[in-house]
Amino acid sequence: MIDYKKYLMEYDGPSVRLMEVCGTHTAQISHCGIPSMLSPQIQLISGPGCPVCVTVTSYIDRLVELCMEPGTVVVTFGDMLRVTGSNQSLNDAKAAGGQVQMVYSPMDTLKLAAADKTKTFVFAAVGFETTTPIYAMLLKEAIQSDITNIKILTSLKTMPPVINWVCEKQGGIDGFLAPGHVSVITGSNIFNELSDHYQIPFAVAGFEGEQILTAIYALVRRQGKAGVMNLYPSAVTAQGNETAQHAVEKYFMPCDAAWRGMGVIADSGMMLREEYRMFDAGSANLNADHGAHSGCRCAQVLTGALKPTECPLFGTGCTPQSPQGACMVSAEGSCYNYFVNKRKR
Amino acid sequence: MKITMAHGSGGKATSELIAGIFAKHFDNPVLARMEDSAVVPGAATIAMTTDSFVVTPLFFAGGDIGRLSVCGTVNDLAMSGATPKYLTCGFILEEGADTEELEKIVASMAQTAAEAGVTIVAGDTKVVEGKGGIYINTSGVGFLPNGGIVSSANCAQGDVVLLSGNLGDHHAAILSARMSISNTIVSDCAPLNGIVSALLKDNVKVKAMRDVTRGGLATVLNEFASASQCCISLHEDRIPVSDQVRGFCGILGLDPLYMGNEGKMVAVVAKEDAQKALQCMQGSQYGENAAVIGEVIAGEAGTLLLKTDIGGIRILTELYGEGLPRIC
Repeated sequence: MIDYKKYLMEYDGPSVRLMEVCGTHTAQISHCGIPSMLSPQIQLISGPGCPVCVTVTSYIDRLVELCMEPGTVVVTFGDMLRVTGSNQSLNDAKAAGGQVQMVYSPMDTLKLAAADKTKTFVFAAVGFETTTPIYAMLLKEAIQSDITNIKILTSLKTMPPVINWVCEKQGGIDGFLAPGHVSVITGSNIFNELSDHYQIPFAVAGFEGEQILTAIYALVRRQGKAGVMNLYPSAVTAQGNETAQHAVEKYFMPCDAAWRGMGVIADSGMMLREEYRMFDAGSANLNADHGAHSGCRCAQVLTGALKPTECPLFGTGCTPQSPQGACMVSAEGSCYNYFVNKRKR
Repeated sequence: MKITMAHGSGGKATSELIAGIFAKHFDNPVLARMEDSAVVPGAATIAMTTDSFVVTPLFFAGGDIGRLSVCGTVNDLAMSGATPKYLTCGFILEEGADTEELEKIVASMAQTAAEAGVTIVAGDTKVVEGKGGIYINTSGVGFLPNGGIVSSANCAQGDVVLLSGNLGDHHAAILSARMSISNTIVSDCAPLNGIVSALLKDNVKVKAMRDVTRGGLATVLNEFASASQCCISLHEDRIPVSDQVRGFCGILGLDPLYMGNEGKMVAVVAKEDAQKALQCMQGSQYGENAAVIGEVIAGEAGTLLLKTDIGGIRILTELYGEGLPRIC
């Protein structure tokens, strides 16, 4: 058996830059201390795969507006509470009398809505291919149980278009650690076209430290060549979870979507289909993106153009206690991970 | 029966509440005198501390707010090397609080105080408007026969770090109750003065001790590293966490190193005393799963390192914000 740990530590070939697209991978790479196990010739870069991080400010502003409306409660995952929009976060709005409820699962919205029919409960539906099927389930249950006081504000995104954006507009990536959770739903084939087009290898990886290391090893060995390697076969198939894909197709359709710092990317989002639009809380055209701080370099950090530590605000004007950008808020954000683990690489 | 504003009036209803619940369970000669303050024998050097308890739910697997309120203060006293002696307790009850629940809590406090060898010598009750909540403050006094000997600033290169048992049980038990998740995780809520007195009785050279509560192990050891201007290195594979809590953390994206405990302590001891300290801990109640988890090494001052299971090195900082569950 090849001692891949030794190989990665002693690697002295051409410099390789590998991007992990998924925020859970970013967090796990920090947790396992993986950067300390790689030769300086191997660089890991965090990509745009943390759903909270890629959310534009106008979406947050809309949530803030909704929670201040009498009779409307915004229901959200915890990470979203502290992300600042143009000038306020949901936490700020809550302190000013806004109605905000944190939950651990979107499905909790059903219970809240059934318990208080006098209010409309708007779920802040952010996420990638992994999370969208859960919103489809939420709508299905709401329709079946005849719960009409639920809406969703969508900022749903898909991975391949943004990976394409990074390759096309920025380049300089020698391999992608493809997102494991997304691949469970989409299947690993979804990356074939990108890999062929840009002649870059993709490795679909699980979330254990050893699995991530194996994927890094596979990418370093395959540099310069196309190919999608499924190294997470216990959970990921070539075709993905077709039941989940059909559920998503039933309620949602592709649309253009705005990404923090990257602007609108064609066909990179999902929105409610016309026949389910009554569940929409005003998600259209939330494209404006004005950071609260002009020095914030979220955009370059999200696409791997800058390391978190290269942002002028990192650790001084922007910390987990007073974050300027979403990347410093979310537990899966790259800036947060660099800060709380004092990562230098 | 429900608590009403009359129970806080200082009149008849108040004295009935005191007699029917507090005096009945906390019964002891000092309290029985019902004077304005407790007059008790003392020591030349004492340790004093205070803590307030606001947990929800009031009752959880492995404990309740009453047991918690005694253990919290007893443990803070024990960590300065003191023998906990006296506690006072202040109750803030919201209108509508249930007296049966209150009595269960008070009985639990009495039982835990007896277990820890402390006497509850004074108390107070206030009633405020609200939704039936119960909050408790306890203050405590402990005796320090040899003056203060332990301090977070005493750690030095070569010293060894011990942990008294599994991490994360309390945090996971409370979160399970709040999220209605069924499992058999039980809070570790317990008095630790038994472990401390075993260490001191055996003359273990304890440099620093701390109970590992909010902020978790990583936060406590960052405080030690910073106060002692030293570098502490931990071995992830030696840090005890039960399989069930590990699984729970995996699902919710929590890190046991940052989770709160209510019956765990960390001790930094001189290297030559490591085995003796481990035996003291493992031989004491609530210390059965104790382990040597790391050491103070030559390295950047004020830094806490973790050698991870797969062989990497991760820097651990103190807790920032809350450990929120993952969303994708």
